[in-house]
Amino acid sequence: MNITTALLRILIFPGLLFAVPAAWFFLWTERKAVALMQGRVGPPFMQPFYDFVKLLGKEIPAREGIAGALLRLWPLLAVSSAGGAVALLPVLPAYGGFQGDLILLLALLEMPSVCIIAAGFSSRSVFSEIGSAREAVLSVSYNVVFLLAILSIAASQHTFRLDAIAQLPASPLLWLGIVALLVCLPAKLHINPFSLPNAEQEIYSGPMIEYAGPELAMWELSHGLEWVAATGLVATLAAPHISQAWIAALVFAALSCAIVLLLSIVAAATARIAIDKSVRFYWQCTLAFAVLVLSSAIFVRFRS
Amino acid sequence: MKLWNRLMCTCRRRSPWLFHMNSGSCNGCDIELVAAITPRYDAEQLGVRLEGSPRHADILCITGPVTRNAVGAVKTVYGQVPGPKAVVAIGSCPATTNVFIDSRTLDGPLEKHVPVDVFVPGCPPRPDAIIAGIAQAAAILAERAGNTTAPAAGVSPAPASAEVNL
Repeated sequence: MNITTALLRILIFPGLLFAVPAAWFFLWTERKAVALMQGRVGPPFMQPFYDFVKLLGKEIPAREGIAGALLRLWPLLAVSSAGGAVALLPVLPAYGGFQGDLILLLALLEMPSVCIIAAGFSSRSVFSEIGSAREAVLSVSYNVVFLLAILSIAASQHTFRLDAIAQLPASPLLWLGIVALLVCLPAKLHINPFSLPNAEQEIYSGPMIEYAGPELAMWELSHGLEWVAATGLVATLAAPHISQAWIAALVFAALSCAIVLLLSIVAAATARIAIDKSVRFYWQCTLAFAVLVLSSAIFVRFRS
Repeated sequence: MKLWNRLMCTCRRRSPWLFHMNSGSCNGCDIELVAAITPRYDAEQLGVRLEGSPRHADILCITGPVTRNAVGAVKTVYGQVPGPKAVVAIGSCPATTNVFIDSRTLDGPLEKHVPVDVFVPGCPPRPDAIIAGIAQAAAILAERAGNTTAPAAGVSPAPASAEVNL
């Protein structure tokens, strides 16, 4: 990958020019799907855009010292890492990745969650500290399954290159990995039944409680970009290998939308689970997935 | 710049986020506000979202006749809402202190402490009236965005009080 293609991917497709409208679209899809499931009409199509622009025009409360500077830093860090994660997705065939880009993608996907934890603790509010603690506990539990699933798929192919993994033919191992990833997505995106970190009826807005105006807009955007990156990762794994670029892009967009719809329907149909139950769910039930994926990866590797 | 201002007006009108505050209300108006965001009335069509933190809000919805204990909290929360902001007084209590008038435990009505933009009278008001009041407050917010040049001297414009009748 040379500098031109890297810039094109960060700025145009699947980077900012595609990812930001896609993020707003996914946020709208989620709200609309929940509204339709509840028998409501729901927000208008442009709602996330209106919210974003309105937040940009609001005041920021005065903050001083290192803690204030840190509070300003976290949302920017979250947006840039989520945007970088989207740009790394191997959507188009023959895009030319680099060895180890899977590791970078996983690290960038994890950054927004780390930023949320840090932001909650640096805002010094009791409610955000509770939210951050929940986010930390949750991320420790779902990441076991999430990382094992992806790394098993990668290990069975002897590669850490994303495009090599995206071009895998469908196999039981791959599908098992995709199901394991889908189980982790609600926790990664903080939606029901694992919306504990920002549980608005219990701890107000959790880690976001002290944020206002443009900083809050950055958090909303980073949440939307997380949607694009996380669903995009599953979509690239699930998509069949297509050599034509524009068909591959269309299939990617359609698959992402389908995953967003699926997750929203699950979110609308479930209630929030308590933190101990959520952690138990990920450690006990889905550990079976992880063991299965890992053992089949070892099996595939010894057979090849 | 003019285009940006017009866009900002639209966005402020279409995306009012609420923070609900009870200043000693009997809970009658509070359940009507909750009814306004249920599927039957569905205020989310107007972009309304009930937020958990006053820092996220544009419109402060206050119920209750403002008891002495609540005065400090009302002022604090009003200060925590970042500008531009609007205040909607829901029910007859914040407007006139209603049947609790002359009570020694009260320090109302609300307008003594914070500038109120829209009054929604009623005991309790219907959810439709509350939604209409919120829409009116959102329009006032948009108007404030439109003439950003006016309060350049640091003076906030006088509250354009309005009353909702349904």
